[in-house]
Amino acid sequence: MKVGVLSLQGDVREHVSALIACGIDPIEVRRESELAEVDALVLPGGESTTIAQLSEIFGIFEPIKKRIAAGMPVYGSCAGMILLADQILDAKQGQKTFGGLDITVRRNAFGRQVDSFETDISFDDGSSDLIKAVFIRAPWVEKVGAGITVLASMDSHPVAVRSATLLATSFHPELTADHRIHRYFIEEVAKPALEKVK
Amino acid sequence: MSEVKGTGRVKRGMAEMLKGGVIMDVVNAEQAKIAEDAGAVAVMALERVPADIRAQGGVARMSDPDMIEKIQASVSIPVMAKARIGHFVEAKVLQSLGVDYIDESEVLTPADYENHIDKWDFTVPFVCGATNLGEALRRINEGAAMIRSKGEAGTGDVSNAMQHMRKIGGEIRRLSSMREDELYVAAKELQAPYELVKEVAQSGKLPVVLFTAGGIATPADAALMMAMGADGVFIGSGIFKSGNPAQRAAACVKATTFWQDAKVVADASRGLGEAMVGINVADLPAPHRLADRGW
Repeated sequence: MKVGVLSLQGDVREHVSALIACGIDPIEVRRESELAEVDALVLPGGESTTIAQLSEIFGIFEPIKKRIAAGMPVYGSCAGMILLADQILDAKQGQKTFGGLDITVRRNAFGRQVDSFETDISFDDGSSDLIKAVFIRAPWVEKVGAGITVLASMDSHPVAVRSATLLATSFHPELTADHRIHRYFIEEVAKPALEKVK
Repeated sequence: MSEVKGTGRVKRGMAEMLKGGVIMDVVNAEQAKIAEDAGAVAVMALERVPADIRAQGGVARMSDPDMIEKIQASVSIPVMAKARIGHFVEAKVLQSLGVDYIDESEVLTPADYENHIDKWDFTVPFVCGATNLGEALRRINEGAAMIRSKGEAGTGDVSNAMQHMRKIGGEIRRLSSMREDELYVAAKELQAPYELVKEVAQSGKLPVVLFTAGGIATPADAALMMAMGADGVFIGSGIFKSGNPAQRAAACVKATTFWQDAKVVADASRGLGEAMVGINVADLPAPHRLADRGW
């Protein structure tokens, strides 16, 4: 399986390392030709406004949107979650997303940087072990549509959700040495989704 | 399930999210909107850009809280603000306003000519300037969660930024090539803590994100700094002291992302109008050089 990391802005390096630790040899995706090479994509943490804008300028916005609609497996953390959401609140005027996940996400919902925090939460992948979750000016999910499974919550707000092909977290597993979520994306989201297509 | 705020991971992690981006100096809400629309990853709220501080002289201080709050209200991206070197009360004030990052900056007039702020004492993260590796590691030892090479702010002359990036990079490469038993003397020479020196020698990079600043005025300048190993770029006076700020801002964002692609940098450089006029650093008398502030 060829996995790409959208490398326009953000913590690309950390996602690349996490994927390598999961036995994947990821490529950096900035252009349509690179997108065409990958089976699955990771949207990093960063500034969702900047990433969306650069995607548009360099003509990769619509191609990503189309690939998502066509069933490409995607994992997004933080800004990546915002980019996967069909609806966003507290957005910059006219801010666009790739969409695909039937959720409503509130940007910077946990507050400014002084409110950023880390904690241990449970993640519903079958293991009862808690996972270290780092929230940085993080969004949360305010509403989920049909077909969305909530995998983790914080103060009754979903912070990890999935559909058949898409996974999104408010927090940054790539900033920790625990690669459980990336492994979950590869094994439980991307592989089954790609199998089905075959 | 306790929540811990202001941890090293949360502070340094915030800077990781800014990587590959451009942080722009703005003096009002209007400019902040222009910066956000151009794709800035954050804005630095300040009363006067460095070029004006330089031109007008006098003591430069923290900005008016009203002005910072107006900027915070106008954009959704992170808002940073500057405190004077060693002025921990200005820093506490900025933290209480909820700014996302504090720049303990040599661009303002220092409040303390010996000590910097004890940055561990804060929930909000700090970025500090450095001209060499020893200075960077001293700041990290004091709790800085992000470093920017200083350059010479307010000049539009990129030569000092270049020199500082080369210096920091060169010193890191030198450490990486050393025998482990030589690192004690290296720490002494760098005037930096041994533990941090050892960490840099092993990892081959700073333990925090390294941006560059000071004198960046064109898309090619921004791309040059990325090619020198910067994780991202601060642009101060370069944007709003130029002929067409909105276009220049967007152009610098493009060039920062596609710094490896000269064609993109070329396209971004077209028809930008006048760049900021600029001052040659060599023509600045030594007491007017901001990069020498910080110890």
